[in-house]
Amino acid sequence: MREKLEQIKTLALEEIVKAQSMQELEQVRIKYLGKKGELTAVLRGMGGLSQEERPIVGQIANEVREAIENSLGSAVEGVKAIEKNARLAVETIDVTMPGKSQEIGHRHPLNVVLDEIKGIFMGMGFKIAEGPEVETVFYNFDALNAPQNHPSRDLSDTFYISEDILLRTQTSPVQVRTMERSKPPIRVISPGRCFRRDTPDATHSPMFHQIEGLVVDKNITMADLKGTLDLFAKQFFGVGTKTKFRPHYFPFTEPSAEVDVSCFKCQGAGCRVCKGSGWIEILGAGMVHPNVLKVCGIDPEVYSGFAFGMGLDRIAMLKHEIDDIRLFFENDMRFIKQF
Amino acid sequence: MFVPLKWLKDYVDIDHMDVRKLSEDLEMSGSKVEAVEVLGEEIDKVVVGKILEIQRHPNADKLLVTKVDVGSEIIQIVTGADNIQEGHYVPIVLVGGTLPGGVKIKKGKLRGEESSGMMCSAKELGLVDKVIPAYQKDGIYILDQAYTPGDDIKGILGIKGHVIEFEITPNRPDCLSMLGMARETAATFNLDMNYPEIKINHEHGNIEEVASVEVLNTDFCRRYAARAATDIVIKPSPEWMQRRLMEAGVRPISNIVDITNYVMLEMGQPLHAFDLNMLTDKKIIVKQAEEGSVFTTLDGTERKLDSSMLMICDGEKPVAIAGVMGGENSEVTDETRAILLESANFYNDNVRATSKKLGLRTEASARFEKGVDPNIALNAVNRACQLIEELGAGKIVGGIIDIYPNKLEKRSLKARPQRINDLLGTKLSPEEISNILQKLEIEVSQDEEGLLLAIPTFRQDITEEIDIVEEVARIYGYNRIDVTIPKGNSQGAKTNGQIIEDYAKKYLNAAGVTEISTYSFVSPKGFDMIGLPEESFMRRSVKLINPLGEENSIMRTTLMPNMLEVLSRNNNRNVESVKAFEIGRVFLPHSIPVDQLPIEKPVLTLGMYGQNIDFFTMKGTIESVFHNLGIQNIAFTPEKNHPTFHPGRCANLVWENHILGVIGEIHPDVAENYDLEVRTYLGEIDFNIVLQITRLDRIYKALPKYPAITRDIALVVKDEVYVKQIEDIIKENGGKLLEQVQLFDVYKGKQIKEGYKSVAYALTYRGEDRTLTDEEVVKVHDKILNQLKEKLDAQLRD
Repeated sequence: MREKLEQIKTLALEEIVKAQSMQELEQVRIKYLGKKGELTAVLRGMGGLSQEERPIVGQIANEVREAIENSLGSAVEGVKAIEKNARLAVETIDVTMPGKSQEIGHRHPLNVVLDEIKGIFMGMGFKIAEGPEVETVFYNFDALNAPQNHPSRDLSDTFYISEDILLRTQTSPVQVRTMERSKPPIRVISPGRCFRRDTPDATHSPMFHQIEGLVVDKNITMADLKGTLDLFAKQFFGVGTKTKFRPHYFPFTEPSAEVDVSCFKCQGAGCRVCKGSGWIEILGAGMVHPNVLKVCGIDPEVYSGFAFGMGLDRIAMLKHEIDDIRLFFENDMRFIKQF
Repeated sequence: MFVPLKWLKDYVDIDHMDVRKLSEDLEMSGSKVEAVEVLGEEIDKVVVGKILEIQRHPNADKLLVTKVDVGSEIIQIVTGADNIQEGHYVPIVLVGGTLPGGVKIKKGKLRGEESSGMMCSAKELGLVDKVIPAYQKDGIYILDQAYTPGDDIKGILGIKGHVIEFEITPNRPDCLSMLGMARETAATFNLDMNYPEIKINHEHGNIEEVASVEVLNTDFCRRYAARAATDIVIKPSPEWMQRRLMEAGVRPISNIVDITNYVMLEMGQPLHAFDLNMLTDKKIIVKQAEEGSVFTTLDGTERKLDSSMLMICDGEKPVAIAGVMGGENSEVTDETRAILLESANFYNDNVRATSKKLGLRTEASARFEKGVDPNIALNAVNRACQLIEELGAGKIVGGIIDIYPNKLEKRSLKARPQRINDLLGTKLSPEEISNILQKLEIEVSQDEEGLLLAIPTFRQDITEEIDIVEEVARIYGYNRIDVTIPKGNSQGAKTNGQIIEDYAKKYLNAAGVTEISTYSFVSPKGFDMIGLPEESFMRRSVKLINPLGEENSIMRTTLMPNMLEVLSRNNNRNVESVKAFEIGRVFLPHSIPVDQLPIEKPVLTLGMYGQNIDFFTMKGTIESVFHNLGIQNIAFTPEKNHPTFHPGRCANLVWENHILGVIGEIHPDVAENYDLEVRTYLGEIDFNIVLQITRLDRIYKALPKYPAITRDIALVVKDEVYVKQIEDIIKENGGKLLEQVQLFDVYKGKQIKEGYKSVAYALTYRGEDRTLTDEEVVKVHDKILNQLKEKLDAQLRD
């Protein structure tokens, strides 16, 4: 019986070594250790042994079982590793094949730029005000101190709905509405669509966008205006950006200024974007004219304020080097998806 | 406004000044520089040549062979010019010389004859057509007198120095003159002004004897001054004067006309010279035109007049349109022997209105409509007489006619230094402020309340204290004002609506939909293109009085045509697939005609076409976005009557019995109108309601702790049963235990009766607080099946 057990052990271990797959190993296990297996058969035959022999043979049988089980265990590990490696080899893919694209929609480039500008001014404590695109002559011109005979009021420059109603030519009426509605301190920007009777070409569009800003409070100075716009320019165009305030004339503000920023493409050295000057004009600004404050029921002896405005389309064009304003409104997907 | 610096130097000493510094600093004090032109920059080796001999070219009919003395030698030049004569002095480009535009002259042969240089025309010397005198326009530029051959032409013609072009803002008409710009320069650089000394040496007789003036309308005519000159000799004005006029952008005509233009450019006062002998009764009457009368201006154009227009008339007829242009009937010609010089002042509104009505804008009207100081009229007319005398163009008649009923006095104004500093954020002393204002020729005195100012009449734009603040700021220098941040603790924020709109756009983008932006004004044809019936309320629109064209003539009441146009454009350009949205305003009039502001309300419009895109792509997109916006209980109900859509593929979007919008596949007719050969999906949703029903707040719901039990069912129902009906019944009867209902198959065909379909659902049951028992589920499940059978005759499929 002892020999029989040793023989089983030798044979089983040999077969385990020969086995190449999990299936073969399983067969070996069943052949020797299964319910009808050879080792099991031997153990069953132990009943015929003497009291003395039984423990000794039992011990040997257990050793044999253990040896087979251990051998099987490590063989299984080995075969598993081989099989896994084989599977990995088979599953190799060409990782340079195209990805499965997940389409993400794009924001319109004007709104991409607008969002950035809104964020900067919100950080400086500005709220966002909106107003109607169809406006009254009063809000668009009269309340803004525009002279009665100002050419911008002409039918050739402004779209009219009736004698008193027009398409706003600027977002400044929103400022008047804001001042009428709320008491200082006021700090708002008003972005929106504007309309002027320009025939479309590469740089003109009868519909365009402005962002205007308004601050009204006690002790607001022109120095504050300079500081606010300088900070904006540095945040939007880069920390190294410089600003230049040049005197200008707007009916709505006095003193008024045109504001240049140092060219963000060439840092002022002169390039195509700034037409060699090193500066780009981007803003109109000034101290709110006392007449405008008065019209809105704000006492100019107590409060002062500043206002500024910029063309969103122009800024987006400069920033992204877009050479034709009409692209914004054609909505060719190949254009919008670049942003 | 073109300012030749050599002209400016007559009045202010800028000799030592660098041009760059000059233009930069003037810009920083408020005179915006448009351009700086360097005269003669490209002209090299162009000299005076004297034509000694002219002969026909032996081999060419239209060419001449000339011998020209150019100082150092006598050269041969072949030319095609026909206006030269022997003895003429002309500009010659020598071999190796250059002209504007990069022209370089080489030695060459023309039809066998050597040519060692080129004679040039005014245009070739860099003058623009607009300013070249008529007699110099064609052919070679003939110099007006003898010069030394070989002398540099730039010196002779004064083609050197700089011309600065300024943009003058409408509030500063005083800057539309050399003296005005000189005053700005003097104030900017703290220099002294040298006004020209005006002196007439000889006068004869008295104007009262040769002419008279009557002003019948003093509402439009503020002042009318006149002088006369006799013994007029008409000829070209001297080179220096012509040169200055041309550099300032005005074409030289003849001495008398040039003098009036010169004085206008110098002082800002438009002048007009009448041929005195052409004035009936030697009389000027200033009055309104006769309604409907016709008048020929000196440009040869007939103008139709109306009674609002102010005219200058003689004893019988109009001779000029006041402040705009003189008439052909009295203009100065070569035969003119005596002139009446008008130096008048007309109120700006009338000149502007007349000029606009006639569509006629001149140097004179441009100045009058912005406002001319009436107090310079006499100086200007005297200056013109001085030049007539100096140029030997005529003899000056003594005396001046001057009708000036309401003299404009200097305006008095108060300004508080404290107020100025408060607004600018500066700390200027009253003395510093006074100094700045005095530089601007404002008289200043002080009392306890502040500064008392007398504003010169050429500064009619300064009417209140804030104007003084601006003057101080610009002369002090904007760049010297501090840079500070406004104090106060205001908080930046978006409104609820703005936040929701941002979220909606974010979710749409995440769903692969791209934002577009289209015009607010559209074509009324769009209504026809999307198939709206004549009586549709959507056709009630806000109309523009003066659109650029029909295509942009009404304010949109829907964005659907805009969207379809964009889809069509992209499809035409072979963009394979598009998913687009716009959130934009529509404009709905309260009444027609529009007499109050319309309602402006935002709508969300979606458009899609392309592979793998169908009705359910759009529906699913909206469901996902609405789900993320926290909008529950939306439903899509069939809509069979919307003219824009396919009657079998259109649905209303419904939320709690409100129709929020409509989506669907566009009707084949609409597709044809937009040239869309692909199946196209369109949707429009009232975004105002979306804003109101969006719920962005979230309350946590515990994750399920107990296992779910799933039961699949396959039902056979009649074709016309909507799956929504089945789902509604399942949900109604599923109660709290039913967690989810998912449609996973719809089948028609083999094994299913004609006119029926099989619909398969997975129903998921789960208990919130316990593991469900089979009996519990069976009870609910059976109830559902019974109800489906009862209400829809749905049979369970084996």
